[in-house]
Amino acid sequence: MKLLFGSFLTLLVAAAIGLGATWFALTRGTAFGAVHIGAWTAWPRTGSSDIDPYARAGIARTGELPVGLGDGVAFVARRDDTGRPFDGRCEVVLRGTTPAARFWTLTLYDPEGRLVANSANRYGFTSQEIVRASDGTLEIVAAPRARPGNWLPTGGAEHYVLVLRLYDTPVGVATGASREVPMPSITERPCT
Amino acid sequence: MIRWLMWLLGGIVLGGMVHLATVLALPTTASRDAYSRLTPIAQVNTVVPLPAPAPATALLPFMDPAFAAAVCRYDLSEAPLKLTVPVSQAYTSVSFYTRKGIAYYAINDRAAGRRVIELDLMTEKQHADMPEEEDVTAADRLIVESPTPTGIIVLKALAPEPGQMASARRTLAGARCRPQPQ
Repeated sequence: MKLLFGSFLTLLVAAAIGLGATWFALTRGTAFGAVHIGAWTAWPRTGSSDIDPYARAGIARTGELPVGLGDGVAFVARRDDTGRPFDGRCEVVLRGTTPAARFWTLTLYDPEGRLVANSANRYGFTSQEIVRASDGTLEIVAAPRARPGNWLPTGGAEHYVLVLRLYDTPVGVATGASREVPMPSITERPCT
Repeated sequence: MIRWLMWLLGGIVLGGMVHLATVLALPTTASRDAYSRLTPIAQVNTVVPLPAPAPATALLPFMDPAFAAAVCRYDLSEAPLKLTVPVSQAYTSVSFYTRKGIAYYAINDRAAGRRVIELDLMTEKQHADMPEEEDVTAADRLIVESPTPTGIIVLKALAPEPGQMASARRTLAGARCRPQPQ
């Protein structure tokens, strides 16, 4: 009887730990070789044959086609610089400069990677569309209601992610420390 | 007590194995991966424009809405493939993915250095079987080896401003991928 209970416990623990860890890894996105710059994270290796098993399983599950390394690099942000998750009902301000690249695009998605519906039909910006300050820095405000300047509508979505894609850029697998690669800072203003 | 701890430890070790096995097995069992999603709309060995992503409808998640995109779902089992992509004004790139969605090669217009990105896609075996003199005369021919006989080529042309989307789409409409008998 003890043997039966024992093996039952073992199998139960195995199933819970094994499947739980897999689910956790795939939904949280725990690929290796991440490049962290401020609140932004990129996985350059996911766009090459060096992709790790977790990222392989992740793209198989979501159906995403990652940006190829010879094409560009995608930086993802889900939280601001202080670690507060993005809330589409509040204002999030991106300020600063972007790394060297021929072009970049900034896009707002829901956590599943769909565009978020909004009255302005704007889902992001390209490097050519942006209005810059006289010193070349940029300021983009993600907010539910229209604002002057570079307004990125959040559509009031509860959660969202920002993806900054650099095309034809020297940023890649070899990029490590954040010093030589400037990324915009992200600040979420308190909701009113 | 010790005995229960042993059972527990066995469970944890077995759990680790279950975890690794499921992660490794997932790509082969996934039925909603990019290739499966593209199969209904993309004929084999043909360039097919992808519908622009919209909030309600997106074929694949995390598509960049600033780009016009087209795909060529390829099958090299009969013959190698010849790909020609005219270059748009702003930025054009070609990315190659295996059947499982792994980006094994990508090139942009500047790296290709011409007005038309032209390359041959073949399996490792087809490359090895190529007549040698042909390989030499085709020194400036770009040859890409596909690790799998089937896969996806994604062609992208950037529209830096929404008004340029139509022209980016027109550029990609001139792209061709077709089998090339040896």
